Amino acid sequence: MLIASLDTPPTLKPPPARFGKDMTQVTKPSAQVSPQTTWMLLVRDQRDRDAFAMLFDYFAPRLKGFIMRSGTGTGQAEEIVQEVMLTVWRKSAQFDPERAQVSAWIYQIARNRQIDVIRKENRPMPEELAEDPETEPDAGQILAVEQEAGALKKALSLLKPDQREIIEKAYLGELTHQEIRTQTGLPLGTIKSRIRLGLERLRHELKDMR
Amino acid sequence: MTAINHHISDDLLAAYAAGTLPHPYAVVVAAHISLCLDCRAGFEAHQMAGGALLEAANSEAVSGNLKNSTLALLDAPAPVEKTYARSGVYPGPVMEALKGKPPRWKSLGLGVRQCILSGDREGSVRLLYIPPGQAVPDHSHNGLELTLVLQGSFSDETGRFGVGDLEIADQDLEHTPIADAGPPCICLAATDAPLRFNALLPRLLQPLFKI
Repeated sequence: MLIASLDTPPTLKPPPARFGKDMTQVTKPSAQVSPQTTWMLLVRDQRDRDAFAMLFDYFAPRLKGFIMRSGTGTGQAEEIVQEVMLTVWRKSAQFDPERAQVSAWIYQIARNRQIDVIRKENRPMPEELAEDPETEPDAGQILAVEQEAGALKKALSLLKPDQREIIEKAYLGELTHQEIRTQTGLPLGTIKSRIRLGLERLRHELKDMR
Repeated sequence: MTAINHHISDDLLAAYAAGTLPHPYAVVVAAHISLCLDCRAGFEAHQMAGGALLEAANSEAVSGNLKNSTLALLDAPAPVEKTYARSGVYPGPVMEALKGKPPRWKSLGLGVRQCILSGDREGSVRLLYIPPGQAVPDHSHNGLELTLVLQGSFSDETGRFGVGDLEIADQDLEHTPIADAGPPCICLAATDAPLRFNALLPRLLQPLFKI
């Protein structure tokens, strides 16, 4: 059974159905979940090509713009976009809406691919977190991730243009770690306040693993 | 498992998430995140920020056939990617750097051993094996050095470092880490400069030993 966590804000009802890996039970997630998350879950759980096409329409032009900003030409940018979107399809089982927004997950795939292309080396990545397959999906946590992401987007949109420029450069890979270090100030502080959520979820998972 | 007290700094985590951290450091950061839930959460928060910027990015229209050619490839066989699981005290990213094999130790004298995982102009990353009570030779740092404890512990002027703890040292820190009593201390150490040992080995021999 799906049980909304206690910290779910009272104004939000939990979605009526579970997002489990149990194929027969997956239904349309509620309207409170973003369309991107809904499409991604349909791709993950039902291998839904129409949902994949929707994800493509939403993310491909953004990815292309994002990749071209760091100086990549249009042809190579489209190659990378295609490879990123194929990875989204192939590795969809790794997508966990209780920990990440679709855009965060795709951002990481895109940066990995760009590093592969530019440096011809694989970026070392942490071990995947082992999750108990019996863990019930937590709709409250999915909504909490969406809310936190919304708050973060709002915070980013309120930055002054010069601060925004710095943070964009940092996450587009245009600053070295030394440069990020000298720029550590408001932008990273904003992000740090978002860490709490991830921590809660991860502690929860750790408890399940014991 | 004891609590991890020494973590990755936020600027290093941000650089790692953005992919700008040189490879030797990235191996250490990936290994630490594999052991540390706090830093994993921090890493995921940075990914979330990257994702928010991606969603807000200026769109560039893609060629008309890109979608159809991508859809046509969905059933194509996916390239096989090798993944490396944790083995003993070595987290997955270390096993990847070892290409799945046990470390091949080289003696540095006094029971201290090392195994170089990779090294180039960007710096180097290596495993160090230090018997209890033995000092890692006193060294000054030329640049940034990250040291992650994988087994046992060491202590120096700045504190005690146990399994999962990460020491971040720069050129301002002159310290003498000594392996604590107990099992031999095994560390993963990355640097962007050759270490300058003040004792134990004459400078001239350093290129020979690659330290």
